[in-house]
Amino acid sequence: MGIELLNFLKGKKKRQAGGNSIGLQTVEPEKVPEYTPGLQEDGKTIVRLTSNKKIKNPYKVSGIDDVASKNNWKAWLYLAPVIILVVIFLLYPLINTIFISFTKNYNYTTGKYDGFTLENFGIILHMIPYQSADGAAWETSFTSNAIPNTFILTFVTVPVSIMLALIISVALNSIKAFQKFLQTVFFLPYVTNSIAIGMVFSVLFDDAGLINFIFGLQHAGANGGPMQWIYNTPTYIAMVPLCLFIVWNSIPFKILILLSGLQGIDKQYYQAAQIDAAPKWKVFARITVPLLSPQILYLMITSFIGAFKEYNSIVAIFGKKGETLAGQKNMYTVVFYVYDNISANTSFAAAAAVFLFVIILIFTFFQFWASSKRVHY
Amino acid sequence: MLFEEELEQQVVEEEQVEETPLEEKPEVVEEVHQEQPQPEKEEKAQYIDFASVKVNNNLVLSITEASKTVDQIKKAEKVTHIIFTALTYLFIVALALIVIFPFYWMIITSLKTYSEITQEQQTFFPSVVMWTNYVYVFQHFNFLTYMKNTIVVAIFSTIGTLLTTIFAAFAFSRLQFKGREALFMVFLATMMIPGEMMVISNYITVASFGWITSSTHTQTLMEAYAAMIVPFWVSVFHIYLLRQNFKQIPNELYLAAKVDGKSDWSYLWKVMVPLAAPTLISITILKFMGTWNSYVWPNLVTEIPQYRLISNGLRESSFQNADLGTIEYGYQMAASILVTVPLFLLFIFFRKYIMKGVGRAGIKG
Repeated sequence: MGIELLNFLKGKKKRQAGGNSIGLQTVEPEKVPEYTPGLQEDGKTIVRLTSNKKIKNPYKVSGIDDVASKNNWKAWLYLAPVIILVVIFLLYPLINTIFISFTKNYNYTTGKYDGFTLENFGIILHMIPYQSADGAAWETSFTSNAIPNTFILTFVTVPVSIMLALIISVALNSIKAFQKFLQTVFFLPYVTNSIAIGMVFSVLFDDAGLINFIFGLQHAGANGGPMQWIYNTPTYIAMVPLCLFIVWNSIPFKILILLSGLQGIDKQYYQAAQIDAAPKWKVFARITVPLLSPQILYLMITSFIGAFKEYNSIVAIFGKKGETLAGQKNMYTVVFYVYDNISANTSFAAAAAVFLFVIILIFTFFQFWASSKRVHY
Repeated sequence: MLFEEELEQQVVEEEQVEETPLEEKPEVVEEVHQEQPQPEKEEKAQYIDFASVKVNNNLVLSITEASKTVDQIKKAEKVTHIIFTALTYLFIVALALIVIFPFYWMIITSLKTYSEITQEQQTFFPSVVMWTNYVYVFQHFNFLTYMKNTIVVAIFSTIGTLLTTIFAAFAFSRLQFKGREALFMVFLATMMIPGEMMVISNYITVASFGWITSSTHTQTLMEAYAAMIVPFWVSVFHIYLLRQNFKQIPNELYLAAKVDGKSDWSYLWKVMVPLAAPTLISITILKFMGTWNSYVWPNLVTEIPQYRLISNGLRESSFQNADLGTIEYGYQMAASILVTVPLFLLFIFFRKYIMKGVGRAGIKG
């Protein structure tokens, strides 16, 4: 009956005379008795809903006009909570952050500021000198730590993790026994608290930790001491455990996506390759990778953005201060800088956040542009 | 590989001459004659003039490549296949072991004594199993408080998210109103904005609501909860996800419900929500996992440690030895295990929903 009524409303299908057993009955307008209410369309046919039961009034179909109406106030009622929340917690903050990034000395408790300026960007980008409260003449931690670290992290972990995930998922896809089990095992790092596992990594890379023991680095550090990965060590060494942790943590999601992509590839391609006796690496490079390119693109975009926003893993391994050398802030990333300056230098934090936003936008558009030429869909 | 023979083939007919009934003979010869005119690579093939040879019905076609027979090739292929599969398994299992190794190390470190953890000769199994590490952690790490906070925040933010998501997805998928598509595009566009852009202003907003400790005000537990819950009542991605799910429900059901005099409201709760239950379960679990893992926001908006969530609690409790200043890794790892185990239990029971939800969502929390 619903279908009939739908067609009636849309006027697409000619209405059948006589009605059906459920009780849809069409009558010619001339014969319509005066008491019959119902739906009327283009003055020709009237549909009356009937039932086997004897009822005083024929069914009234109420609320049907909601379906077609373009002015449905009820829809706005359903949307009201979301719209209010989106405006307060998504759209207003976006505009407000951009606004704050152009204000001078924004005070987050009072909301007061000393006029507008472009200096915030100049100061954090190390172009304009800045007399801070602790006497430093330049604000350096953004350019000398946050930006390089973020870029290193991104350009190391994203390609490595995607390639590794690709190899693992192709291997997983080629086996039959234990496939589900192994897939679950590879998914486990996703279902963890990153702070907890980050601490495990810092134990593994400790002075007396397992990594030094296995690789015989117990006397490879300064003054014949153990190799130091996490404490009192330059940034490039501390990057090793950090990158390993990020790759370890980000692989499960990539395997999940790539594996579902692989399982969607038509087997005929592989059979054709088999007939041509194509070598396995060629099958991989010419069939698997091109056909997976939508998934790879998706992963590249999401993991680029994710790597740019790295924060939790640094806190997990190196602690809340984000440094391996006391007072140097040498493990800062862009996001770390933002969070660290929210209350003290709100304007700088906002400027850094806008900077991050712009970078992410540029990279996303660039990747879309590059992929529009290369991705096989 | 098996089909390679089509490229370079040599046809050799091996016959075994035996006594055969005479009636069958002409048929066989006919068949052979049909096969004989091979269009390709004739110069390479060696043919035997079957007409002149006495042929019986025990014809064996033997195809060879590089002087190997099919059986040999098959065997070689089988061997390479087995070797390749074995290598694949070796590779995969080795990587799987590496992947789960941190978990193993977490478990055994939590059971070791401090001296065993820091000794030069690392051990892969604790020589003395220290269950007392856990006793110590339960006494000194406010696990239950953090867990209570996390569960309260998770439950209320999940309920709020589910409600707003269901309403919005219903409006976007089933109801019609002016500017529906445009509004939905605006919603989708907000997904592009990094959350870090919002954190600063949200912090200010929450502070202006009076939910954060300031010079004139001390945060209460309820305010801490509100600050951690309310900003996460909306998730554009989940709206998108649920809208797609709602759209798959045939429109006829809606009109049928209308004919039966059901309102939008009861249709939503009696038909759509039950039909979309798997998606809603996925959203719930991912939201729980997100709260369990959230670190930054609770760290920003709460001042008192007892109001914080489990990740903050874990990071803050350094388990430092008061005398030596060293970190007691055994205790730290025991606490980490306590934080990890609930997530694992969730994973064991809802593996299907989690993996499906993550596959579509791809966002942690």
